[in-house]
Amino acid sequence: MPKPSLKQTLNDLDTKKISIRELNQDYLKKIKKKVNLNIFIHFSEENVLKQIDNLEKDNSTKKLKGIPIAIKDLFCTKSMPTTAASKILENFNPTYESFVTQKLLDEGSIFVGKTNLDEFAMGSATNTSFFGNTINPLSKENEPLAPGGSSGGSAAAVAADLCLGATGTDTGGSIRQPASFCGVVGIKPTYGLCSRWGIAAFASSLDQAGIFSHNVEDASILLQSIAGFDHRDSTSAKVDIPNYFENLDDDLNGKTVGIPKEYSIDGTPIEISQIWEDAIKVLEKKGVKIKNISLPHTKYALPTYYIIAPAEASSNLARYDGVKYGFRSEEVDSLDEMYENTRAQGFGREVKRRILIGTYVLSAGYYDAYYLKAQKVRKLIADDFNKAFKECDFIVTPTAPSAAFPLNEKQNDPIKMYLNDVFTVPASLAGLPGISIPFGKDENNLPLGIQILGKHFDEQQVFNTALCLERSYE
Amino acid sequence: MNNLIKGEKYEWEMVIGLEIHAQVKSNSKLFSSSSTKFGSSPNSQVSLVDAAMPGMLPVINKYCVEQAVKTGIGLNAKINNYSVFDRKNYFYADLPQGYQISQYKYPIVGEGKVTIDFKDGTSKDISIVRLHLEQDAGKSLHDQNPSKTYVDLNRSGVALMEIVSEPDIRTPDEAGMYLSKIRSILMYLNTCDGNMQEGSLRADVNISVRKPGDQYGTRCEIKNLNSIKFIKQAINYEAKRQIEILESGGSIEQNTMLFNTSTGKTRPMRNKEEAHDYRYFPDPDLLPLEISQEEIEKIKLSIPELPDELKNKFIDTYKLSNYDASVLTAEKQTSDYFNKSINSDPELKNHAKIVVNWITSELFSLLKKNNLNLNNSPVSPENLGQLIKLISNNEISGKIAKDVLEVMFSTGKTARQIVDEKGLQQVTDQGEIEKVIDEVISDNPNMVKEYLDGKDKLLGFFVGQAMKKTKGKANPKILNDILKNKLNKEN
Repeated sequence: MPKPSLKQTLNDLDTKKISIRELNQDYLKKIKKKVNLNIFIHFSEENVLKQIDNLEKDNSTKKLKGIPIAIKDLFCTKSMPTTAASKILENFNPTYESFVTQKLLDEGSIFVGKTNLDEFAMGSATNTSFFGNTINPLSKENEPLAPGGSSGGSAAAVAADLCLGATGTDTGGSIRQPASFCGVVGIKPTYGLCSRWGIAAFASSLDQAGIFSHNVEDASILLQSIAGFDHRDSTSAKVDIPNYFENLDDDLNGKTVGIPKEYSIDGTPIEISQIWEDAIKVLEKKGVKIKNISLPHTKYALPTYYIIAPAEASSNLARYDGVKYGFRSEEVDSLDEMYENTRAQGFGREVKRRILIGTYVLSAGYYDAYYLKAQKVRKLIADDFNKAFKECDFIVTPTAPSAAFPLNEKQNDPIKMYLNDVFTVPASLAGLPGISIPFGKDENNLPLGIQILGKHFDEQQVFNTALCLERSYE
Repeated sequence: MNNLIKGEKYEWEMVIGLEIHAQVKSNSKLFSSSSTKFGSSPNSQVSLVDAAMPGMLPVINKYCVEQAVKTGIGLNAKINNYSVFDRKNYFYADLPQGYQISQYKYPIVGEGKVTIDFKDGTSKDISIVRLHLEQDAGKSLHDQNPSKTYVDLNRSGVALMEIVSEPDIRTPDEAGMYLSKIRSILMYLNTCDGNMQEGSLRADVNISVRKPGDQYGTRCEIKNLNSIKFIKQAINYEAKRQIEILESGGSIEQNTMLFNTSTGKTRPMRNKEEAHDYRYFPDPDLLPLEISQEEIEKIKLSIPELPDELKNKFIDTYKLSNYDASVLTAEKQTSDYFNKSINSDPELKNHAKIVVNWITSELFSLLKKNNLNLNNSPVSPENLGQLIKLISNNEISGKIAKDVLEVMFSTGKTARQIVDEKGLQQVTDQGEIEKVIDEVISDNPNMVKEYLDGKDKLLGFFVGQAMKKTKGKANPKILNDILKNKLNKEN
């Protein structure tokens, strides 16, 4: 069976090899077969059929007309409920469409459903969702694996070929790590490339929308569709969006790759080090100069991230108070009790943990020692990259320190869980674009990912390098 | 001036600082495009941003920023080229985001000062610490239902300027004058409508007491006062309360107080231990606010003449006293009215003091009686000017002018029309007046005798009688001169 491809499908639709209805009915069948993986929080066949009907009546040409796309359930959508995988938004139906999903709708894509995630995108295994775990489609029978997180549902939806692309959000690795675990392509663009308008916020200074796809070409097509300036997001960037797909070029001859020594961490499985070396060798063969670089503050990235992200989250999630929308506890005698019970019952353990951490680090007397210091370190981490990028065009590292782990392995050890983000968090703090592509397997035949980081708004270079590695791997 | 107040044992000095919350005059809110119109039906002016729906983001309203800069310039304050919006985190039902976007470490406006003028001609500077921009909260309505609280978010997200003074204020009157002055400046600038009844301007008062020369005492903050009367009442009550505690050997707890407008008393809302930890941090949804010097200069060009400038101009041009000039300039509508009135005739420039008096006493009292203000006064500034010209030309007496003004007020006719219609011109004809005086003298021989025996006070009686006969139209000076002359001849 040929590998699924959005690009190829667009050709097939264009040449009438397949109709929009046939294509999407195929996908509906596949989705229904895989309900056991718990990939979707919301799926409605009726809704999909309605979208097909509407598109069939629509004679205009649209770039993604008829393409089935899965949406992480953190994006607010008018036609489907939006839960952020939380009980507190269990029955929330937005009256508005997020910037990113509106762009996809404008291009004529079909939303097959809303995918599962860690509650409010807080997690690395899609196991903090109020709606239960998502199971990695690559799991062997009786050995369920985590799909990674937080965008595990979207990664799994692409891996199980239940769509031709999916949206995700990445705050500290929430696109790249699940892409790596599920063996798909996942790109987190530069902070500010895609508007955050309409995405339930986790950590505002880090949250960034991105794409999962079956291959690099498809990612380049989809990212272009969702990027662009939005006056409703003050942190949205006013930059020209190149035609990433048209400009794809896997000739890297003369480029320089940076290899940061700080990413060689003791205890990293041998297979991970191996694929990293393999990637470097491939690049060398393609005429890329290898430059050993240093990002000296890397070791502070995780603690810095786990101060800044919870701090912002503790404030961002204050709006879920039972007053205006979403879940409200019934057992209340006073306003304070309403808050306490609503939030105690409405949020899960991980969300509460992070709200507590965030509240603590912002408290009077601790602000300077934690939050302020973390902001300073964040600047140093960003400076590390700025310096490094004077000597190289892009940076290559592993995406995650392991392959997909068994579903419940790290459930009760938050620190171990947080370590999953060790390679992805530094670029998040610096706001840099990063992609994960499948590149090799471990001894259990589970995919492993390679991460390519680029300069701010140099997604093109990231795609080009990814394409080069993808082609050599295939 | 002695500003001390007496306790049972000692004399005390009040130390007062104000935090004024002024609603920015703007059609839309600070971070959303919803309308700010007052009095609309509940929750009819609420955008997705104002209701803090998931994924909604604030976008700064540039007009509100300009208004704040304008205000800063009007307060003689430093405009900061770089300022930051912070989140002030706390839970309340009418605070949809669970935080208020405010400015904490880096406000848009820094130190400034305003001057207040006393009746005795002296004045005092009150220093301003800062002005920052912030969002207003919504409103909780507790009185609509016995068991429920309703929330109206129309006000949620409306732009406020918080203007913080140094503790330079020493009396309740000074506090009132300071607030009036700020209000006046904002209204001249058109950056706040100054409507205290609708809550466009309200103040938190910080107050402590000390023995003269001592260090500052522990202060209490009285929240959310929306009239000058209440501010003064609250300060007086709170100062007395603190003095009683201190004189009986107690100490002041740093409390946040509420003022009950019907009892006139303050009561504690929360103490220092219960104080919120607001966990301020820079709002990651917003970029720092940067304003270039060019932008500030451009805004400066749009600043109108402000009360203090105008006051000095009035003093120079019309030789008015500092106090008269400050009363005249306290409200823009008053100075506008004065300007129009005095410029309606070139001769009036020499009678500026009379113009001031007629505006601030006669006209003001008529307006007040009829619940009107200068903006909707039935007497136009030009017509008042005409009336005053009739007085200064001796065409009518001041006393008759008062009656004329009342007719002008109720009919809208001009002074000239009324005087002509009613034949109210002054009698200045010597012969006519002499005739009347002769009658009065011959009618009252006994009185004349008493007068001549030294009862000087009776002069008033003769003037009165003569005026009565002329229906008040006799020119008082001529009448006086002739009367004295004639009486003395009787001797």
